[in-house]
Amino acid sequence: MTAPATRDTPSAAGPAAVDGPRLAGRLRSPRTWGWGALVLLGLAAPYLVYPVFAMNVLCLALFASAFNLLLGYAGLLSFGHAAFLGASAYATGAAVKLAGLPPELAVLCGTSVAALLGWVFGSLAIRRSGISFAMITLGFAQLVYFLVVQMAWTGGEDGLQGISRGRALGIVDLAEPHRMYYFVFAAFLAGFWLIHRTIDSPFGHVLRAIRENEPRALSLGYAVESYKLVAFVLSAALSGLAGALKAVVLQFASLSDVHWHRSGEVILMTLLGGMGTPLGPSVGALLVVSLENYLVDAGSWVTVITGGVFVLCVLVFRRGIVGEVRALVRRSFLGVAR
Amino acid sequence: MTQALFGQLLVGLINGSFYALLSLGLAIIFGLLDVVNFAHGAQYMMGAFAAWMGLQYLGIGYWWALLLAPAAMGVLGAAVERLLLRRLRGLDPLYGLLLTFGLTLIAEGLFHQAYGNSGYSYPVPAALRGGVNLGFMYLPLYRAWVVAVSLVVCTASWFVIERTRLGAYLRAGTENPRLLQAFGVNVPLMFTLTYGFGVALAAFTGVMAAPVYQVTPLMGSSLIIVVFAVVVIGGMGSIAGSIVTGLGLGVVEGLTRYLYPEASSVVIFVIMALVLLVRPAGLFGRQR
Repeated sequence: MTAPATRDTPSAAGPAAVDGPRLAGRLRSPRTWGWGALVLLGLAAPYLVYPVFAMNVLCLALFASAFNLLLGYAGLLSFGHAAFLGASAYATGAAVKLAGLPPELAVLCGTSVAALLGWVFGSLAIRRSGISFAMITLGFAQLVYFLVVQMAWTGGEDGLQGISRGRALGIVDLAEPHRMYYFVFAAFLAGFWLIHRTIDSPFGHVLRAIRENEPRALSLGYAVESYKLVAFVLSAALSGLAGALKAVVLQFASLSDVHWHRSGEVILMTLLGGMGTPLGPSVGALLVVSLENYLVDAGSWVTVITGGVFVLCVLVFRRGIVGEVRALVRRSFLGVAR
Repeated sequence: MTQALFGQLLVGLINGSFYALLSLGLAIIFGLLDVVNFAHGAQYMMGAFAAWMGLQYLGIGYWWALLLAPAAMGVLGAAVERLLLRRLRGLDPLYGLLLTFGLTLIAEGLFHQAYGNSGYSYPVPAALRGGVNLGFMYLPLYRAWVVAVSLVVCTASWFVIERTRLGAYLRAGTENPRLLQAFGVNVPLMFTLTYGFGVALAAFTGVMAAPVYQVTPLMGSSLIIVVFAVVVIGGMGSIAGSIVTGLGLGVVEGLTRYLYPEASSVVIFVIMALVLLVRPAGLFGRQR
């Protein structure tokens, strides 16, 4: 797979190396300060809330951000992203339990499995677009679900349990929650930065062009299918990273990670937070995980409320929280009429 | 030996009848409204539950349920179109899928909260109990009834859509709704009625399925994903195609259950992958 991004570079954006005056300018921009504050908040999080909760939020935030790369920027709605999260979680578990790999290699192993799966499913699914694409990805995810249910080593209904956290790089004992948290946080930052970097790159701009007008992008000479496929594989791999981390944190992989409810949940997180915004999916993940935590005893009412939020988002709130805030800021401070 | 084979083929034919009825409803709704109705499975489940609740609480029998449950669900469907789906006209069709997905979660959650995980069985109506021995296999009457009714309903729908004036309006609306409206046809009303009819068809299928399967809150969601795969395999846009594919894949699934039972739950998805590889637009589809 060659990266087509390097071949044709649109004139719009090619972020050059940051030199002196530009660095100073960046340091003064509120955007940099905002991101800095968020990183500090992330560093402090395990001392503010229960670490496992914070790690769960980070994993699902990474999952939703990876999903957003596909939906928000390439305009592809995958209804089967749970397959990548779940398959990677199971692969990571197997790498630890059956092969005895250390956590960092197991996570890498899970991520590669997800990437490979993404390549196979992606190259088939992108043969159809729009609504069929969603139905095909849903079908493939169900295929993975049934395989996981049937295979012997996955533990069936019970899930794959007793995945030990082990020692990262052979020295850092991850059984201690705060160390585990910073391991997850580092991986999250790396994944998030990669997504952000992809979105701002020439490649990301071509993806947007495809989303806005595919025939035109095609007629301009872009290899639309390869762009879509690369985006799909990248999104699947990062979803896999999220699933692998989740398996190490919670020490088990369960059927709910491959179930279509999980695929719906990641759509909800992205939609609620704001699709096509860098921060939206993480905000959505925080809200949805908090909601589920808060309503843990409410039984099926969680499903009902989730569905209600879905309907509300689609009907009146399509830009999502971050999208609405951004629109508000633009209207009131920058005077952009819209 | 052959007994088992024919038994599985019959089960496959039954499943195929349900696939055909459901994918027919999906195809009609998608054709006109450009909405992939994710809630189709939930509406099927609600049809089955309506029949069960009618019998349990009101003593309404199977034959009345076959009429009343689709009618009630059709009205509900028309209301959903009028109040919710209509607001999404002109937007990306993905929003229609997401809205109906949300409705699915609400419906399933409510029924799950009220009735839990366990299944309820619905008795086979008295007139259709028993069966005939065909020599090579035993054919329960109700199963024969399901296959026959689904064939009749599918053929009738195909005839109405392809060969009558009403169907011509429907096809014209699929092709170009604005032009049709300019000719004086009340297209918004047609949208509402079409969605209502699709939902009624799903509920009808649910009532038909109630004596065959257990009635459970989650009976629709696993089925609808398979039906989506059936629609992908058949290709969007062909009514006859969706009927033939539905029945055919049911039989293939039954055959797999006989030959290699482990693969029976995944065989349709594998076929979907193969079809995408060889004929991306689907067996009967036009690339659009």
